[in-house]
Amino acid sequence: MVDHHRFDFEENVSRALSDKQLRNNFKFAMGNFILKRQSIFSDEIETEQLRALGHAIKLHALSKLPELLEKLEKKCIQNGIQVHWAETTADANQYVLDIMKTHNATSLVKGKSMVSEEMHLNHFLKQHGIEALETDLGEFIIQLNGETPSHIIVPAVHKNKDQISKIFHEKIPNTPYTEDVEELNAIARKILRQKFYEARVGLSGVNVAVAETGTLCLVENEGNGRMCTTLPSVHIAVMGLEKVVEKLEEVPPLLRLLTGSATGQLITTYVNMITSPRKAGEKDGPMEVHLIILDNGRSKIYIDPQFRQTLQCIRCGTCLNHCPVYTRIGGHAYGFVYPGPIGKILNPQTEGLNKAGILATASSLCNACEEVCPVKIPITEILRRIRNESYSNDSTSVLDDHGCKRNVPECFAWKGWEMMNTSPTVNSFSRKMLGIIGSKLPNVGPLKYWTRTRTKPKFAVKSLHELVSKLGVDNE
Amino acid sequence: MRQYPEKPNNVYFFGTCLIDMFYPTAGMAGIKLLQREGIHVIFPPDQSCCGQPAYNSGFPNEAKAVAKKQIDLFSKDYPIVVPSGSCAGMMRYHYPKLFAADANSDQVKAFSERVFELSEFLVHVLNIKLDDQGEPIKVTWHSSCHAMREMRIIKESKSLIQQLEKVELIELQNERECCGFGGTFAIKQPAISEAMVQDKVEDIRQTGASRVITGDCGCLMNIAGAMEHLNVAVSGQHLAEFIWERINGGPSQI
Repeated sequence: MVDHHRFDFEENVSRALSDKQLRNNFKFAMGNFILKRQSIFSDEIETEQLRALGHAIKLHALSKLPELLEKLEKKCIQNGIQVHWAETTADANQYVLDIMKTHNATSLVKGKSMVSEEMHLNHFLKQHGIEALETDLGEFIIQLNGETPSHIIVPAVHKNKDQISKIFHEKIPNTPYTEDVEELNAIARKILRQKFYEARVGLSGVNVAVAETGTLCLVENEGNGRMCTTLPSVHIAVMGLEKVVEKLEEVPPLLRLLTGSATGQLITTYVNMITSPRKAGEKDGPMEVHLIILDNGRSKIYIDPQFRQTLQCIRCGTCLNHCPVYTRIGGHAYGFVYPGPIGKILNPQTEGLNKAGILATASSLCNACEEVCPVKIPITEILRRIRNESYSNDSTSVLDDHGCKRNVPECFAWKGWEMMNTSPTVNSFSRKMLGIIGSKLPNVGPLKYWTRTRTKPKFAVKSLHELVSKLGVDNE
Repeated sequence: MRQYPEKPNNVYFFGTCLIDMFYPTAGMAGIKLLQREGIHVIFPPDQSCCGQPAYNSGFPNEAKAVAKKQIDLFSKDYPIVVPSGSCAGMMRYHYPKLFAADANSDQVKAFSERVFELSEFLVHVLNIKLDDQGEPIKVTWHSSCHAMREMRIIKESKSLIQQLEKVELIELQNERECCGFGGTFAIKQPAISEAMVQDKVEDIRQTGASRVITGDCGCLMNIAGAMEHLNVAVSGQHLAEFIWERINGGPSQI
């Protein structure tokens, strides 16, 4: 779990940037993801139409979110799924624990779920003597190594094959060292099969929940998700409340966008659509299905129309893959469960600006994320709004700790900048001064940082204004 | 695609603050290119900055004051040509958002409609033809993020280079990746910005080109400054100045 009192973003960044292995791992993996996405979305017009559709579906769902959530609950109950509303992660954890206790279960098998990461569920269950085992291979690897996911889709992407071989050898008793992928898979499979067999309760996330049918959709490539949701006699699904859509017919375009954006796949190996527990006469499936719907700050985001767009996210991770900052510092440096561009806009909203506001500065606003976002979240616009609220304390500010970064020197500097760029006299004077003394300025303040890897900007002796008037370009 | 107007008699030139202070000859080259096509170029002398630095740094009111100043200065119904994808993007796509709730929002929208990046204006409005007078040279091209993703005029910029017969254009491997400038980002997150520009310089070095051409002076200052610091023997140049130099057979007195 991240200790926010000790969260030092700059320290994290500098550690990540100096880790050559880490940077190579991310560069290689993200480069591959970009190519894969390109190959699946090669037709630009078709892709734009699909993105527009994805955007419209999520926008529509959010516009009637309370109604859809009630409908989903009603439908699920009709189908025999038990629904639990969790305002906080503590509430959600307690629901899981209560269900475990009811069934005298001491171990839980888990499919991949970012909401369960948000809940820090494994840590919570461990405190109550329950073992939670990650069964997604990537999650399994990082759990062995005591780490958290560094990416929301590929949690162990920061490790290469050699590092994974070493983890298996060191952390799994009696495991000889091997770099053979098939052998590594076999080792994991052997452990996981036994656990699937023993566990009474399985937990999964939800990619899309359909209100009109009460269907929980879950995509995955390893089959472990299907094991977690069908083998144990109890299945608990956890979802953020933004995952609901209205109609079943909206699922195919969303899944197409999700898998195409995430891994460059037309469709995942497994697409699970769960609508009820085992029915009379059926030979498999869980006897009980529980759906825990988590708020954890989402309804607060929902209130503001601009910030609300953050909730369109389908957690494909493609904004991470395309982000030049994420590619260089990796997921752990961000210090929160959700890293990358989506984390930069989500965490400051849920955690407040004191804790997480700094993340919004870690963007060159290059728009690479927005260009590929399958549901067209205006990420850079939201980043600007967060930056604005970091300094503003007016009535339009809604984020916790707004105005926390406001300081006299910075406000003074921007007022000066404004004056320089609105008063022709000041502008002309400062241009002339900078032409004379600009290149002799000492390397302090912003220049100190700039010149660490660049030469000082060279002020022209004659500005464009002067050249233009000398050469007689017309004023009007 | 954007609808372009017929060739006008008059255009406004917005020089941008970076060109004004650091690369004035690039600005002059842009003006000369327009004049060469028989256009009457007007440079409102009180112009300053598009306002983007404050807009991106959490100071929208200061940005708005500066933007308002420019809007008032470029009041006649002439196209506004900007030798920067980033500043043009600010004026074309962000001004309407800044003034969306204001009484003058229609006036601002009309202003934004008149904003063109230099390359797109030369290609689509003036249908410019370039006659290369220079020695053979290998160059590479850097796309600024806002020229690429906001103004979407990279094809136009490159088509100008491709008109030059003796210029070999070698593409970067990671052309779509940001150089790490990002305005105040370079100062607020210097370590990440440095890592980005170092990778960009390495990509440029590997092309074997002797010059990197770009349409944005923020990127240029970042990349050229890093190349100089790292002793990489590649020079950087704004597209307008490069073209002006090629069609005049060498650096011409501006």
